[in-house]
Amino acid sequence: MSERGSKHDMSQGSGKAARVSRRSLLKGAAAIGTAAGTSVIGAPMIWAQEIKDITLTHIGVSYSVVQAIGDQAQKDLGFKVVMQNLDTSAALTRFITQPKSVDIPDLEGWQAKVAVAHGLVQGIEVKRIKEFDNMLPIFTKGEYEGKKVSRQGISPYEAMYVETKDATKIVEGVHDYMTMLPQVYNCDSLGYRPDLVDHPVVQWKELFDPKYKGKAAILDVPNIGIMDAALACESRGDIVYKNKGNMTRAEIDTTINALIALKKAGQFRATWTTFEQSVELMASGEVVLQSMWSPAVTAVLAKGIPCIYAPVNQRPDGKEGYRGWCNGMGLMKHLSGKKLDAAYEYLNWYYSGWQGAFVARHGYYSPVPKTAEKFMDANEYGYWYLGKPAADVIKDPYGAPIAKPGAVRDGGSFIERFTNISCWNTVMDENQYMIQRWNEFKAA
Amino acid sequence: MVPARTRLTLQVLPLVVVLLVFFVFPLLIVLAVSFFHYDDMGMKPGFTLENYAAVLDTGLTYRLYWSMIKFAVMTWACTLVIGFLVAYFLVFHVRSKLIAIGLFLVCTVPFWTSNIIRMISWLPLLGKQGLINSALVGTGVIHQPLQFLLFSDFSVVVSYVHIFTIFMIVPIFNTMSRIDRALFEAARDAGLSRLQTMLQVVIPLTRNGIALGSIFVVTLVMGDFYIVKVLSGGGRASILSAVYDDISTLLFPQAAAQSVFLIIIVMLMVGIILRVVDVRKELVDRQ
Repeated sequence: MSERGSKHDMSQGSGKAARVSRRSLLKGAAAIGTAAGTSVIGAPMIWAQEIKDITLTHIGVSYSVVQAIGDQAQKDLGFKVVMQNLDTSAALTRFITQPKSVDIPDLEGWQAKVAVAHGLVQGIEVKRIKEFDNMLPIFTKGEYEGKKVSRQGISPYEAMYVETKDATKIVEGVHDYMTMLPQVYNCDSLGYRPDLVDHPVVQWKELFDPKYKGKAAILDVPNIGIMDAALACESRGDIVYKNKGNMTRAEIDTTINALIALKKAGQFRATWTTFEQSVELMASGEVVLQSMWSPAVTAVLAKGIPCIYAPVNQRPDGKEGYRGWCNGMGLMKHLSGKKLDAAYEYLNWYYSGWQGAFVARHGYYSPVPKTAEKFMDANEYGYWYLGKPAADVIKDPYGAPIAKPGAVRDGGSFIERFTNISCWNTVMDENQYMIQRWNEFKAA
Repeated sequence: MVPARTRLTLQVLPLVVVLLVFFVFPLLIVLAVSFFHYDDMGMKPGFTLENYAAVLDTGLTYRLYWSMIKFAVMTWACTLVIGFLVAYFLVFHVRSKLIAIGLFLVCTVPFWTSNIIRMISWLPLLGKQGLINSALVGTGVIHQPLQFLLFSDFSVVVSYVHIFTIFMIVPIFNTMSRIDRALFEAARDAGLSRLQTMLQVVIPLTRNGIALGSIFVVTLVMGDFYIVKVLSGGGRASILSAVYDDISTLLFPQAAAQSVFLIIIVMLMVGIILRVVDVRKELVDRQ
């Protein structure tokens, strides 16, 4: 999880981001004085004068806390936004040890649980979130069109609500305060080379198929690698888990033993930990099938090498499905007064559409697709959100072409993908035991 | 006039302060944390031996040490042979001192780029579609690419040897160049063959450098995290990768206990090396 962020995105982004910030600096002074009345949020002039000295520090992983997004927010809102990237554990350590140095912590479900339990964050008032009612019920109610979204692992809904502003306990059901505001999410799957794999892959068990001996790879981030392995074990019929996101010791043993047996038989060419490694493994032909992240598939495609993100829709017997993840924004406890108001403006800005369109071009999604749609053309929105064939060339956020007319996004529309989630990124109760067994797999 | 003793103290003081602040103090914190309690994503000050028990109680720890010690020994053997021969050549076979120093500098040229680049440069060479495999397949020597070349113990040791040999060359070169050349004549007069001279004169006189080089190489391998990870394709875990995995889910006390244990083991290894060669005594004797 920690290094998902992809230097790929970032290095392409930095040049553009620098340009954006230079431009925004020039415009900054003017924007604060004159544009306040016409800004996205329509704030009054006095407000604009009062907030111009405010600085918000947003800290988290690079695929969620993005410089270009912060620059745009700063331009639209008139106060300063500082984006800092740390990997998942370093970020959480920072929130705990230096809480005053952070304003907006980037939180995944499990981090939100830790943050609330440690009293690091204050509840976000639901009624101050303008687009709350337009948020997908996947997040607000844990369901979509009457169908319950998987609760294996920590679904965003599961870690979403607290009863009061100062609560230190997450509660079930919809309440007036939120622990974090979801802002970017996606679901992960297997990636494969269609030129080297002779049939479409739609099941996780292919990862363990001896056909791909010495040509498969799995990701070596224990918390999520174990879930990819569990999906494959379940798909192969080894075991039915009660909860892949919170396994018992016996379930962990079954999963790790299967991995060790496969490793000894030479199934895995490698394991990978960073975005770049997964791209290199796939592009160089060292592996033909592996667990993968969406932008990595795009990066392989951008090298002119065919790569497909396997659509692993859930089956009636409960097998298969994606591993979902979601990052949100919290409000640190120390925020108050004008700074808290500014933080709420910042949170609301994320749902105003610009950010939703930006992350969509990476292959990620916004919880409020309705506003994102306004910032994309019909072709883009159709391709990224609705799973329609591209009518024209599709470009990434920095303008590089990544799909030809007629191409269809793997896995279809975001609704199709998200109603097919099997489990969510998590940290298990038996985490310590799991990490130890995972290391045994690596040392085997 | 300041007394010699005070002067010495003043000279040593800056280094002592730096070591205290940046080495001893952080180490004490790690030591303290290794005794803390852990529960539910947080650590609580206290005193428990649970973390050490967790580290020592699993076969995993021993397997990790076994695999890293294996790497350390293989790397040490290769770097020793290569490092010794290179140093020997530079000191005794290159007549001009200037050229010797020039060639010595050439040995350090790879260090002008970063460790990571030197390590990663092995990937396109050893890969399935890498230079060696394509050459062998292209010339018809083999039909299937050799898988063991990359993401294996082999590739890990190759990279270690590549990156760490210089740490062997430098101290051996240093001690070797202080050997009095008249000893060679004396050896020849005494009727020693070239091999005997090497075994009975050169090696004993360079053991100081060999010991220092060995300490560098062994500690570097034992403390490695990244080379083993990348060049084994994630297929081999190291002691530090276990520590890293602990830290990534905030299991700080256990990570600290594992680290303290590693320090003890590496100190023992260094102790054994120093037991064989008393570097300190020899350095003092020289003066």
